[in-house]
Amino acid sequence: MSFASSDSATRQSAGDAITPEDIIAAGGKAPEDVATYALYLGDDALMLAQRLGYWISRAPEMEEDVALANIAQDQLGHARFLLSYAGSAWGKTEDDLAYFRDANDFRSCRLVEQENGDFGQTIARQLIFATYQYELFSRLVESQDETIAAVAAKALKEVMYHLDHAAQWTLRLGDGTEESHRRMQEGLYYMWPYVEELFADDDLLRDLAERGIAVLPSTLRESFDQRIQPIIEQATLELPNVTGAYGGDRLGRFSEHRSHILGEMQVLARQFPGATW
Amino acid sequence: MTAASATLRPTDTVGQELWDAVRNVPDPEVPVLTIEDLGILRGVELVDGKAVVTITPTYSGCPAMETISRDVIQALAGAGYQDSAVNLVLTPAWTTDWMSDDGKRKLEEYGIAPPSGKAAVNGPIMIQMAVKCPQCHSLNTREVTRFGSTACKALYTCNDCLEPFDYFKVH
Repeated sequence: MSFASSDSATRQSAGDAITPEDIIAAGGKAPEDVATYALYLGDDALMLAQRLGYWISRAPEMEEDVALANIAQDQLGHARFLLSYAGSAWGKTEDDLAYFRDANDFRSCRLVEQENGDFGQTIARQLIFATYQYELFSRLVESQDETIAAVAAKALKEVMYHLDHAAQWTLRLGDGTEESHRRMQEGLYYMWPYVEELFADDDLLRDLAERGIAVLPSTLRESFDQRIQPIIEQATLELPNVTGAYGGDRLGRFSEHRSHILGEMQVLARQFPGATW
Repeated sequence: MTAASATLRPTDTVGQELWDAVRNVPDPEVPVLTIEDLGILRGVELVDGKAVVTITPTYSGCPAMETISRDVIQALAGAGYQDSAVNLVLTPAWTTDWMSDDGKRKLEEYGIAPPSGKAAVNGPIMIQMAVKCPQCHSLNTREVTRFGSTACKALYTCNDCLEPFDYFKVH
């Protein structure tokens, strides 16, 4: 991995980078395996924030510019906490991790990297991801890692809004006009092959879950289905019956979109190292 | 002062001096509210001559935290504490329940409807209480969009006086 080590351009406090009391209590350093888990969670949030930011000034109505930007800002907030915490394991800042890692060093899932498409496709991604995050954070608030638990507790309250926003739009589009129904349904079909990956376990997750730090993703699937299916049905939409997309895991096989997202996100920081704005 | 902030304000002289030095730092986005009104000022202490102020963000991505941190440092410097630091904590997570009654009154006078009701504790359903128009006090209002000009606000409009207004969401 090649990390730069310039000062963070977006520090959270006037003194040091983010310092939740629990980071201090833990000596300010995440154990390496927990740090990798924080990357799983933080990279998801960062990629989604970058994707959603695209909609500012492009959403179908001005209120949606604001709503999607608000959601992006929440996700960026989660990413900052999680990447700061992860970085403590390797002496890196949040900016080192966001701007100076290459595509194969990110640990995000493919769903959040999928293209925005039209508004229906974006809402489909939001519905799936917010439902997943809601179930995940509901359980992570009890994590044995105090920092992870604190971030989850903070994020959970925000994700409730995201889920409500996505559910309301799913209902409105699905049960709306013939055209809105068609697009919402196509959005779900486009995104659904990437659902399976959200619930895939790996060795790191199994180990951390055994110690009560992480939630084993496979154990979230049932509550995810129970929450999302009634919304899709009520919206008069079909639950896509598709197999998972081939490949893809958090350890290196990632979507073809990631490098493009990073190209946009990292260009300024890389071209002008240390730039602040 | 509300019960919540009264219990947070230290009982020792030094602590009270520190608390009073920073309590009036305004929220840059809702300048009628102080960080004490909002309930984001969580603690003050003097550690080896260094003034340490603890605050908590309203929303994870709240960009005002950086300005607030700088303003707190400046307020401390003004009170003679050159060596200071701002601590950002996430737990317990901020809730609008911590907003003081004084703060709610100031919000309404400023034209922003204060949070109506208490944040649910792990409740299965989010119940939305009626939101009172800060202009004409009508309860006949409707939500235009849940996401407003900042993360903590929603946009409402009054069905009686027809004025749009910001609503500080229960969180």
